[in-house]
Amino acid sequence: MAVEVQTKPATQSPSREPIVNDFSITIATKNGSGSQTANATILRALFKMGIPVSGKNIFPSNIQGLPTWYTIRVNKDGFTARKDESEILIAMNKATVIEDVQKMKPGTMCIYSDGLGYTPQRDDVIFYKIPAAKMAATSGLEGKLRGYAENMAYVGVLANLLGIEYVELEAALSHQFKGKAKAVEPNTKTIKAAMEWAKAELTKTDPYRVERMDKTTGMITIDGNTAAALGAVYGGVTFAAWYPITPATSVAEALGYYLKQLRTDPATQKPTYSIIQAEDELAALGMVVGAGWAGARAMTSTSGPGISLMAEFAGYAYFTEIPAVIVNVQRMGPSTGLPTRTSQGDVIPCYFLGHGDSKHPCLLPGTIKEIFEFSWRALDLAERFQTPIFLLTDLDFGMNQWMSESFDYPDREIDRGKVLSAEDLVRLKGNWGRYRDVDGDGIGWRTLPGTDHPLAAYFTRGTGHTDRATYSEKPEDWEGNLERLNRKFESARKVLPAPVEDQVDGAEIGIIGFGSTDPAIVEARVLLAKKGIKTSYMRLRALPLSESVSSFIRAHERVYVVEMNTDAQMTQLLRLDTPELAARIFQLNKNDGLPLTARWISESLQKMEA
Amino acid sequence: MATPTTTQPRGSAKVNRLGLEKSVYKGLDSTLCNGCGHDSISARIIDACWELGIKAEYVAKFSGIGCSSKSPAYFLSRSHGFNSLHGRMPSVATGAMVANNTLTGIGVSGDGDTGSIGFGQFKHAVRRNVPMVYIIENNGVYGLTKGQFSATADVGQELKHAGLNELPPIDLCLEALVADCGFVARAFAGDPKQVTELVKAALSFKGTAVIDIISPCVTFNDKDDSTKSYSWGKTHNERIFDVTFVPSYEEITVDYDEGQAKEVELHDGSKIVLKKVDRSHDPTNRMAAITLMEQAKTNQLFVTGLIYINSDRPDLRDYEDLPETPLALMPSSVTRPSKESLTKLMQGMM
Repeated sequence: MAVEVQTKPATQSPSREPIVNDFSITIATKNGSGSQTANATILRALFKMGIPVSGKNIFPSNIQGLPTWYTIRVNKDGFTARKDESEILIAMNKATVIEDVQKMKPGTMCIYSDGLGYTPQRDDVIFYKIPAAKMAATSGLEGKLRGYAENMAYVGVLANLLGIEYVELEAALSHQFKGKAKAVEPNTKTIKAAMEWAKAELTKTDPYRVERMDKTTGMITIDGNTAAALGAVYGGVTFAAWYPITPATSVAEALGYYLKQLRTDPATQKPTYSIIQAEDELAALGMVVGAGWAGARAMTSTSGPGISLMAEFAGYAYFTEIPAVIVNVQRMGPSTGLPTRTSQGDVIPCYFLGHGDSKHPCLLPGTIKEIFEFSWRALDLAERFQTPIFLLTDLDFGMNQWMSESFDYPDREIDRGKVLSAEDLVRLKGNWGRYRDVDGDGIGWRTLPGTDHPLAAYFTRGTGHTDRATYSEKPEDWEGNLERLNRKFESARKVLPAPVEDQVDGAEIGIIGFGSTDPAIVEARVLLAKKGIKTSYMRLRALPLSESVSSFIRAHERVYVVEMNTDAQMTQLLRLDTPELAARIFQLNKNDGLPLTARWISESLQKMEA
Repeated sequence: MATPTTTQPRGSAKVNRLGLEKSVYKGLDSTLCNGCGHDSISARIIDACWELGIKAEYVAKFSGIGCSSKSPAYFLSRSHGFNSLHGRMPSVATGAMVANNTLTGIGVSGDGDTGSIGFGQFKHAVRRNVPMVYIIENNGVYGLTKGQFSATADVGQELKHAGLNELPPIDLCLEALVADCGFVARAFAGDPKQVTELVKAALSFKGTAVIDIISPCVTFNDKDDSTKSYSWGKTHNERIFDVTFVPSYEEITVDYDEGQAKEVELHDGSKIVLKKVDRSHDPTNRMAAITLMEQAKTNQLFVTGLIYINSDRPDLRDYEDLPETPLALMPSSVTRPSKESLTKLMQGMM
């Protein structure tokens, strides 16, 4: 069937200047209504039109029925942080429509389904009522699936009103369904019907439209959990154990998907890896530690409550010096907290996880591309330093679709760390000690079980030990061991990813941030600059903190630490590391479960400055 | 009757088929109490490994926390050992045995380690059929913290500080059976031959081989009325079979009358010969095994021997479809996909 593809909105309001490629869309639906596909289709189509875009799903901890809001931000300047409000509302949820409309600013627009039985109460918002159910019937689907197709009705109407190209919507659906025409077709039918209906029936009076750009060339769309999984795949992971938990589950699922694709031995058709779904997070990290001890490149992925359960093995692996990678897709805590809301509340818990004096290098990627890079590097670092390495992302990164630079192939060989082979032991005449610091970097040499030499074996224990791994309660052995562990930690500090700095001449104010708040900070600095406030920016990328942090703080009168947790955890760590500069360090933290906005950062900083 | 598994070399010391003396299989000196049942079990593990001519470099030893869990230091000093966390031996062993499919695993746990804090991990390891010998040194008491009841303590048992135990014991053999374990045995630390033969058979079993060994605590729980005491074990031990293990490289030379013994062939071609004593029990019948254990529990009978065997179940390495090269030794050329593959993936996401 030939389809007339509409690229320009039907009628342009004469009274208002068009607003092109600079607005946000909120899509209010019910959880489990199948709107994810529709929303991802819009996001992907805009991306393919070369327009910078970001999408954030604000969803409940529920399988079906509770309200969900998906926000898409279109921004020609490339700002991708969440905005406080949207200019376009797509109202598909009866339970929230009144409240959702109330939040709209004058002059904005709302598309709503006739199935809501809603009568608009405001005349300062432009409304478009759509017969979603009728349009869904064109899909040819029945039952629950037809309900899903109602989402495609708003996709079509929105596309018509904004000028989203049909070919890109079709391509986006095909991308999502991996080219399965049977899944794509019913959806495109509804989109087409909705576009045609809108063209015939609606008069456009709103100013919002999109126009093709070339700002996404060479970029990809991906979620952070897939990026983390792919990083592990290219990092040569051979063993993973995990336990289902929101929002980390899709790390393991993506890992399974891509490992099967990329790491099946072509000759034998056997996997060159193993993934085990454990009985809980205790066992998940226990398996990883067992596998790492035996020489596998091993990792797990989890979130909040899982981290609490992993505390005992994290401390064990720290003390016995066993490599492990733990991806923590942070969610809101304490306790069960808000499983579907984002936070950066596990900075201190992960850094010091375990009883006694335990501490762990933590990698803090601030872009999706860095999640990939740090994920493969984490496996190297874990084996190099023979210790658990935490990769801290969060729900915003992990579960949302992001526009990202495409990933670079690892720029160095896989590092298996210090391992003695049977031949090495012959050369050493068997004279070696598992925890002996022969290189001065605090890192001992290890052997793997199955090494064919009579003196290869050692006994791994979480109790006090000598540098030959024999049991010891001697004070000097204990202290010597812990001092060496500290030396090792200092060795790690030197090679962990250094902060990214943007020092601005004459700036009195420094901003320090890390992780997923980067887009909001970048935009906030522009907002602040417009107000005449110059700021420098340091984005931390790892713990322990780099030595360059203190010179950054010293170079500024006041340093604001932006973070999404209640106790200002990074602020505390910075003060701890640079006590002489503590008076210059101020917390700029918010922790309401939503990704930070540039406006909040900019306004809060100005308030504190005043 | 023991089969000759050793040969006499030129010198006086006996060596096994690898040409190694038994002393090679020893560990460090034990720091457990004198007369501890655990030490005799360590000695039996040494006997079994030496007699079978197992290469200790390819054995990985595991344990949790507790008196029992100290014992891997006291045998096979040529084997890597992993004294893990309390109740967490199963998960650690799971990871290690998958990481390197050439390793033979020997785990030693206790009744507290397995029956209480590690109960979940124990059941799941059995469910996954992690290939390892899983020995429980069961004394019904927490020794390292000086005498608290464990979950296997008998009803009515009294301890100096803990008082009277009123809760029913958890029977770890029954638990293993219920979790579909393919090798379930019970033994008494004071019966060296039986322990040695069971450990030898377990070492050849493909999957989790659980041996619950009553191992009296001479310091805190060796009272005559305790079912975990030496005197009880000696007077009540009712063997269901005389167990003889015949490795694959040896001919069966056991002497038994027709119809009096049952042979069970293991995956590697070795055989377990079970000579009936007086009780009638079919160790390949799981329901019979469960019934036997339930009766034993109710009547406080102390039956020992191979309670159940089923070598048909795939083990964890089968489930994971592991390749020939151990995951731990996979070269980077295999573990890191090509640059082209990443480029292709990226293009697909553009």
